[in-house]
Amino acid sequence: MSSANDIRILAEGYRRPPPARQGHSDLTLLIAWRNLIHDPVRFIVTLVGIAFSTVLMGIQLGMLLNFVHTTSIIVDHAGADLWIAAQGVRSVDLATPIEERRRFQALAVGGVAKAEPMLLQFRPWKRGNGVREMVILIGVDPDSEMGLPSLVEPQMSAHDALLVPNGVIIDRLYAEKLGVHSVGQLVEINDHRARVAGFTEGIRTFTQSPYVFTSLRNARLLTNLSDKDITYVLIRLAQGHSEDAVARALSKRMPDIDVLRREEFAEKSQNYWLFTTGAGITLISSSMLALLVGIVIVAQTLYASTVDRLPEYAVIRAMGGPRPYLYKIVVKQAVIGGVLGGTIGLGIVTLIAYLLRDSSSPPQIPVWLASMIGVVTILMCICASLVSLKKVMDIDPVKVFR
Amino acid sequence: MNSPILSARGITHAVGSGSNRFTVLRDITLEIYSSEVLLLMGPSGSGKTTLLHILGCLLKPTAGAVTVAGESTQSLNEEQLTALRLRQFGLVFQAYNLFPVLTATENVMVALDLLGVAKSAARDRAHELLTLVGLGHRLDGYPLQLSSGEKQRVAIARALAGDPPILMADEPTAALDAEAGLKAMKLFHMLAHRLQRAVVIVTHDPRIVHLADRVMWLEDGQIVLSPRPHPEVSSLGVGAAL
Repeated sequence: MSSANDIRILAEGYRRPPPARQGHSDLTLLIAWRNLIHDPVRFIVTLVGIAFSTVLMGIQLGMLLNFVHTTSIIVDHAGADLWIAAQGVRSVDLATPIEERRRFQALAVGGVAKAEPMLLQFRPWKRGNGVREMVILIGVDPDSEMGLPSLVEPQMSAHDALLVPNGVIIDRLYAEKLGVHSVGQLVEINDHRARVAGFTEGIRTFTQSPYVFTSLRNARLLTNLSDKDITYVLIRLAQGHSEDAVARALSKRMPDIDVLRREEFAEKSQNYWLFTTGAGITLISSSMLALLVGIVIVAQTLYASTVDRLPEYAVIRAMGGPRPYLYKIVVKQAVIGGVLGGTIGLGIVTLIAYLLRDSSSPPQIPVWLASMIGVVTILMCICASLVSLKKVMDIDPVKVFR
Repeated sequence: MNSPILSARGITHAVGSGSNRFTVLRDITLEIYSSEVLLLMGPSGSGKTTLLHILGCLLKPTAGAVTVAGESTQSLNEEQLTALRLRQFGLVFQAYNLFPVLTATENVMVALDLLGVAKSAARDRAHELLTLVGLGHRLDGYPLQLSSGEKQRVAIARALAGDPPILMADEPTAALDAEAGLKAMKLFHMLAHRLQRAVVIVTHDPRIVHLADRVMWLEDGQIVLSPRPHPEVSSLGVGAAL
């Protein structure tokens, strides 16, 4: 104020404030943003912490999703409506032989359009250098409609590849692991000679024992099982029949075997590996740990930022600001951190998933999982802000006068 | 005579308990009117700041009642008192307590935001007030870039933003040099007399006494000197003083 004139202008120029309008956009977002960028180093540390937590969560959950999908990949892609298996089967990979007559019994049940055999067994594969690897041998009838793989090399159908004498089909992902270089290469499975007849792509295994497809006849030979042995009967329903009704009819006809719907068998296989082996628990607990790490990092940086701003928050209370106004500032700080840190983290996760796309255990990050991680990250940041909210809740406006 | 905008009856305030109980204020009764500047003075520990807290509805007294614009505050809860402060009081703090992360304009806008004023209208109002207090050239300045006197004027603009009938200031001249302090005090005086505000100021500063309409002297929690209220006072002749 330079002169008395200014003060007169103040008096003469003074007007009433504009009328208040409820529900307008307030300044809390601006204050929250400025609070964050006021200390750039702390803000960067916060973002790095949130991004780190998001990356950990994303990779762990992506691997978990891949794990879940891989454990039931055979069931999911076989194309069967129902699976007939030995009683008490726990997972598709842990098959116990049943007699092939079950297939004919199934065909006699109303509503069954097709019933095809499948044989699945772990057997050793001997590489050229003598090293043995366990593989999961899957035998299917070349004329089957269910359970056949799709070949990417050579340009022929699975039917034709399976008709190659002693022919086996492996996935490209595991060619190196199994010491295979090209189609036509001779290999040794369970002390029997076999020939690589083709490659598939993307049929992953979570057990590190690759799937090897062959004809049912060859599979029996390679596994030393009898001509009457199979492990599954794959059922396709006739049009207009319900899975439940046919499953009940099959169970009634063959009470000593298990009849499972595709989803049921897939879920059973997933649950077995997730919850009885500890692998799933490990991945889930790692994800939870990542979440906790994120909460701790965000909580402590947000708390420090809130403590720094307490005098200003007390001013707002003294000026007549309601508590929710302050809560909004703190929560918006958390949400901004969550959105920015989460976006950075998800970007890194997507990059990692892309770089690992050809590995045997690539994290799977579909849009729904990325969205879920994004939401969890923001919720994590809001949870982390609760500690700060407590501090804000206890603000005494009298303090600003001291 | 006008009715008081702010009155206190039998205010007693004690802190602590048992043998450590200490009475800060004893049976204070006073009335404050629009268009007057009241100074609360006294030695350190005399209870003047506590009295300001109580008058400003920041603190509930142990005994006694405060009435603001005819509304008794005795039965109001904390949030109701907060809402009352928003409507009735403009506060200027000793350390100004501006948001360091906000510009001068945005600091003033916060007060309007609390009242629910829309952003664009709040910005216009903030510019207007800052220009009126002589800060039209520092609208986008951050507190760190402002001098003490400029900060105080931002704080005054902020206090005025909601057009409150009562302005309260705690040691407003303590951080200012003599000239700036005097200017600030003249501004408070003008606000009281031209804009019909009641202005209550806690101060140690004897240089500004001549710009007050009333001075209350506190000692040991009691008013020991209080001239008779004169709500229509303008006898100090602000124009002449300036």
